[in-house]
Amino acid sequence: MYIVIIGGGSVGYYLCQSLLKEGHEVLILDKDASKCERFGDELGSVCIRGDGCEVSTLADAGVNRADVFIATTNEDEDNLVSCQMAKHKFNVPRTIARVNNPKNEEIFKKLGIDCTIGVTNLILKHIQEELPSHPLTHLLTMAEEGAEIVEIKVEKNAIAAGKAVKDLKLPKDSVLALLIRNGEKPKVPTDNTVIHLDDRFIALTSMENEEKLRKALVG
Amino acid sequence: MSWKKHPAVSCYSEKVYLEEKAMNVVIMGCGRVGAQLASIMDSEGHKVTVLDINGHSFRRLPPDFSGTALLGDGTDQEDLRKADIEQADAFVAVTEGDNRNVMAAQIARHIFNIPKVICRIYDPLRKGVYESLGIEAISPTTVFAQLLKDRLLAE
Repeated sequence: MYIVIIGGGSVGYYLCQSLLKEGHEVLILDKDASKCERFGDELGSVCIRGDGCEVSTLADAGVNRADVFIATTNEDEDNLVSCQMAKHKFNVPRTIARVNNPKNEEIFKKLGIDCTIGVTNLILKHIQEELPSHPLTHLLTMAEEGAEIVEIKVEKNAIAAGKAVKDLKLPKDSVLALLIRNGEKPKVPTDNTVIHLDDRFIALTSMENEEKLRKALVG
Repeated sequence: MSWKKHPAVSCYSEKVYLEEKAMNVVIMGCGRVGAQLASIMDSEGHKVTVLDINGHSFRRLPPDFSGTALLGDGTDQEDLRKADIEQADAFVAVTEGDNRNVMAAQIARHIFNIPKVICRIYDPLRKGVYESLGIEAISPTTVFAQLLKDRLLAE
């Protein structure tokens, strides 16, 4: 695939490196001459100096034949505009934008960006999950379908400990799919399964009911 | 014969006449252009709200400005709501950045459904792309170059 990346910051740099490794043809655009030089020294001739929102620069970069266009700068408006130029002027089939301000993610989607990566929310979520008191981990999020798979730990003081599954007030659209207990093989819990301390559950839930599910188990 | 309403001959007072036609406009960017536009619209009796991320910019507004000057970012939905954008008839984006203008204009147009949205885009090519997407834009570059040419060639 031919992939054009806007922004030679650390995201652009490591993205470029890994895409090259996978055998793709990659081109980076950055306004900063010194960054372009660094790319030239370390990764070969993969960087053009220029403004990724300008039609002439994008034309020079051959964006019209790009399969994917990725905007990775830390300015949301630049990412939005460069993706829109790629999409509407050069008909790039897939545009991906980094979104720094969480409020902008929805706007970008409404304005036609194919895929948005909300970096601030991603980092927040990961940090929260690393906090020792956080019993819920996201394993898979299906944003478009509004569903997710999560792991929930039954820790000390969790209200589910000692109760049977049928006695929990599980929200609609939430299912405890798998029970993982130390020293035992993972199994599908039944209504009569009694929950122990330190049990872990893999659960399917709709995104809006995630909080209710957490409350039903943890309190 | 049809009777045409004109402020000079109508039974309405001039102020009421103005109020009937008064427009509620939100202007993003209180630079020279934004401040001057705000001042003109305000003096003609329209309801004006000016947004800028830098409070120092409001010094450009005249002392008798009766509109609202609000510290805020026109690409931020919450700041736009604080500027009462939901009640606005028109939105104008005239900050220094083409991309900020174009982003704010699209938010006003597509998220808040403001009927009249105009933005400044210096880059003529970028302006062309956004006009084809239904965003009304003016490129000072093109306008000014044309003006200069006309002056140069004037007898």
